[in-house]
Amino acid sequence: MFSILRAIWTVFLHLFRRKVTVLYPEEKPRIPPRWRGRIILSRDPDGGERCVACYLCAVACPVGCIALQAAEDEYGRRYPEFFRINFSRCIFCGFCEEACPTCAIQLTTDFEMSEYYRHNLVYEKEDLLISGPGKHPGYNFYKVAGLAIKGKDKGENENESPPVDVKGLLP
Amino acid sequence: MEDKKLITVYIEDKPYRVKPERSMLDACLTLGFDLPYFCWHPAMHSVGACRQCAVKQFRDENDKKGMLVMACMTPAAEGVRISIKDPEAVEFRSKVIEWLMLNHPHDCPVCDEGGECHLQDMTVMTGHVYRRTRFKKRTHRNQYLGPFVNHEMNRCIQCYRCVRFYNDYAGGRDFGVFAAHDNVYFGRQEDGVLQSEFSGNLVEVCPTGVFTDRTLKAHYTRKWDLQTAPSICVHCGLGCNVIPGERYGTLRRIRNRYNGQVNGYFICDRGRYGYGFVNSERRIRHPYYVTCGASGEKEENKLDEGKALPHAKSLLQGAKGTIIGIGSPRASLEANYLLKRLSGPENFYAGFSGRDFNLVRRIISILTGGPIRTPTLKEVAEADAVFVLGEDVPGAAPMLGLALRQAVRQKPVEAAKKSGIPVWNDYAVRMAVQNDKGPLFIAASAATRIDPLAEGVFHGAPEDIARLGFAVAAAIRPDAPAPQGALPEAAARLVPLIAARLKTASRPVIISGTGAGSMAVIGAAANIAKSLLESGKGPGLCFVVPECNSIGLGLLGGKNLKEAVAAARQKRADTVIVLENDLFDRLSAPEAEALLAARQVIAIDHLPNHTVSMAHMVLPAAAFAEGTGTLVSNEGRAQRFYKVYVPGGQIEESWRWLAQLLAATGGAEFFTLDDVDRALAEEMPVFGGVPAAAPPADFRMSGLEIKIPRQPHRFSGRTAIHADVDVHEPKPPVDPDSPLSFSMEGFDGRPPSALISRFWAPGWNSVQAVNKFQSEVGGQLHGGDPGKRLIEPASKGPSLSYFTGIPPAFKRAWDKSLFLIVPLYHVFGSDRLSALSPPVAELVPSPYLALNPEDARDFTAREGAEIRLLIEGVSFRLPVRFDASIARGVAGFPFGLPGLHGVELPAWGRIEVKMSGWAEKSAGREWGEGEAGDV
Repeated sequence: MFSILRAIWTVFLHLFRRKVTVLYPEEKPRIPPRWRGRIILSRDPDGGERCVACYLCAVACPVGCIALQAAEDEYGRRYPEFFRINFSRCIFCGFCEEACPTCAIQLTTDFEMSEYYRHNLVYEKEDLLISGPGKHPGYNFYKVAGLAIKGKDKGENENESPPVDVKGLLP
Repeated sequence: MEDKKLITVYIEDKPYRVKPERSMLDACLTLGFDLPYFCWHPAMHSVGACRQCAVKQFRDENDKKGMLVMACMTPAAEGVRISIKDPEAVEFRSKVIEWLMLNHPHDCPVCDEGGECHLQDMTVMTGHVYRRTRFKKRTHRNQYLGPFVNHEMNRCIQCYRCVRFYNDYAGGRDFGVFAAHDNVYFGRQEDGVLQSEFSGNLVEVCPTGVFTDRTLKAHYTRKWDLQTAPSICVHCGLGCNVIPGERYGTLRRIRNRYNGQVNGYFICDRGRYGYGFVNSERRIRHPYYVTCGASGEKEENKLDEGKALPHAKSLLQGAKGTIIGIGSPRASLEANYLLKRLSGPENFYAGFSGRDFNLVRRIISILTGGPIRTPTLKEVAEADAVFVLGEDVPGAAPMLGLALRQAVRQKPVEAAKKSGIPVWNDYAVRMAVQNDKGPLFIAASAATRIDPLAEGVFHGAPEDIARLGFAVAAAIRPDAPAPQGALPEAAARLVPLIAARLKTASRPVIISGTGAGSMAVIGAAANIAKSLLESGKGPGLCFVVPECNSIGLGLLGGKNLKEAVAAARQKRADTVIVLENDLFDRLSAPEAEALLAARQVIAIDHLPNHTVSMAHMVLPAAAFAEGTGTLVSNEGRAQRFYKVYVPGGQIEESWRWLAQLLAATGGAEFFTLDDVDRALAEEMPVFGGVPAAAPPADFRMSGLEIKIPRQPHRFSGRTAIHADVDVHEPKPPVDPDSPLSFSMEGFDGRPPSALISRFWAPGWNSVQAVNKFQSEVGGQLHGGDPGKRLIEPASKGPSLSYFTGIPPAFKRAWDKSLFLIVPLYHVFGSDRLSALSPPVAELVPSPYLALNPEDARDFTAREGAEIRLLIEGVSFRLPVRFDASIARGVAGFPFGLPGLHGVELPAWGRIEVKMSGWAEKSAGREWGEGEAGDV
């Protein structure tokens, strides 16, 4: 009997505590910046697509919800011909972001992705690609990779010497 | 019982029994230890250049200090004591890899080698994780190396494997190492197409991404995403084992599949890059029947799912006379067998042209009838004397050419061995051998790419080649029939030399085949082998056959295709079923047209061609990577190839179409490949080994219910690949014909050798993982190499008698414009299927006619001048090419190049010079141009 009264009393005391419940969606909750929400593909500081279609996100994905195909422009720069994420399978684990060597794939704070039909959760590249660099403003993979692309010849990277003259005999 | 010849070595103080005459690296890998290496390659042995395989060696069990040695340069001798885990050795190896990585670019995400990179694997294995150097990286400019190989020189770690393979192993001459010290550059003297027909192996030999597959780059996929299955190359008769890889419904690449007895570690570029036809836009994907439209033109009516069989059945049941079946040497054994069942043995015609049929028949009668053994490719590479009779080996069967390049080293290497140099010490052996070569003799119609290796070469007409062969046989054993009259002087000089070399050799091999188009040449080769056998040798007799299942079809039997033409002309054929065959390749155009003029023609094929364009009904057949079946190689080895992926549309294996037709028309019922193979083995004892060529479909690894997966365990995108079409994942296709599944789930250990879909082991993502699948390095795969030899020499019974039928010496025609036209072969072009692949098509030479310059002078002084060639009423317009190796009175015709088919060679042809009044047309067959479906 006493324990019941004590329980009622405890509940009654809660009337005077600070409210935890948020009246979503009228009131938006605060989402921490490292939240793992909707996935995007970002661009490098020069505006080029960051994704080089290395397939590491796809292989890291534990549910296999990322599919893509690599293609190459006429200067040898890699990009994904198509890039598909099936968000109806995604578990937002963030492994793809960790695996990405070019900071291209990033998880954002957006979680409001409900749909009535599952197929509306299949995002293609045009749905994923944003126009900015996202969380990593400075990084440009092609400035440190050894490949030559349009506007950057061999030896023009950070930390690279000019190409070797194969016919030279100097030490 | 333990082999007495084994010795004991100690690794980490534990005794192990290993074979002597090996290096310690070899021994460690054979025993299953993980020891990093770069410059060592199991086929090219040790040079000790990269310093990566350092281990600690101890004098005895009391020696605690030890010394660092390179395992690859340390002989495995009795009592050798090493430690791989010694801290000093571990640190040394991690420092070496740090040096190697100094200049290695930050490229892995955009590098095609990533995920199957030996450098990645070894870096992880040694534990080097962080780049400490702040200095600048050296860079290199790349070269254009042709349509097959991509060059990215920045990634090079200077292991020298590429030059050692390309120049030392494969005999290339247009590739090398340039510059000095840390600037060394591996490439060509200038940009250009790599000339060796083995250039594609650089992709697998290079431990990192300097050389990568250029055709894969066009539709790049990582190794872990490729669905793969064991397969057999279909571009020549040797039956090399390959691994095709598929992604998103298209074939992405071909990789070598190790088979110790057949192709070993390498395949040729025709096999590696000839896969493009499978992805062709022009593929037949749906069955259709042809009707006559209102205005008289042809209309193709597509048949929906399930409608093809009733239609075909109604055609067959409505046949007003005989149904004849025409088989194909490029279709599987099962398809040919079921066609034979469907048409009945008396109406089954092997799909060879008249002459090829007789040649293959003779080869089979020699192989099955006699006590002479046909060697495997590995045995050819170990031969110590070789005589090639009438065959352009590198052109017709490139991998046999690579085997011959190794065979000429056997004798000098044995000499080096006698002076105490171990075979694995590659550089020392090369220094000892220098340019010495073992005996190789070549008699061919024209110069071949291995002529520079030969001790003696004879170029002449097929008659003279055959006479040389008969003379050699007679010189070895006087009771063998000798040719009457004199040989050409060049040949006569060679006879005693060849006979002496073959007689003194311990493992002589005679190579011949259908290439010369001469029965006498094959008979002469058999005579030499028999004469050697009677002088107490165990000779090998190896025949080159033109197509991947020539021997299988030959063993299956069937009548000559010419008889089918005769039957059609006498109106004895009402319905003709053509299996994966273009009759215009095999017969002259009037003959093929006569045969296809039957009331009903059903063609089963995967690409449109002239025959398909004349068919009344077409069934879409699976290409090699889309179906399961068995092929019989030139050594009589039955080998199973497996469906790599399920193709789109209504494509089925030919044998499945035929099995369904057979059942629909009231014949026997076959549901799976095993049913067909069992029936085949029961019906024909020669095929008794076919079911044993690979495990049956109900095979499971011991005690397990699960199948063996085609997809790697890291296969990605399973829930996204089809999501754009349907968000519900489709059920994986069922495979009733094999113990393999279209899935990433299943048995993840080491499967039986015939079912190895990829070489991968934990920590070994690159192709170097093959070490983990072999019972010893460079030896057979665990459980024996795949395939089952159907033909073994009869130990008793009637011995083959000597062939007589020696042709008279070749005499020039009295008429100076008449020439004996002989076929010439090209690695790229002579095989029609691979030439349909775009990168290979780039390298197919344009048609020409090769003439001796002396002869050509009668017509024109200028190379490239156009002439008209008439062979048996078929006219070709071709530019002249001067070739001093061709005998006078003989002309070389590059058979199989675009437009150059439809004649049986050798044959007499008339050459006419250009006259006014000729229509200006490009080179090629005059009547053949612009024909529908002429591919």
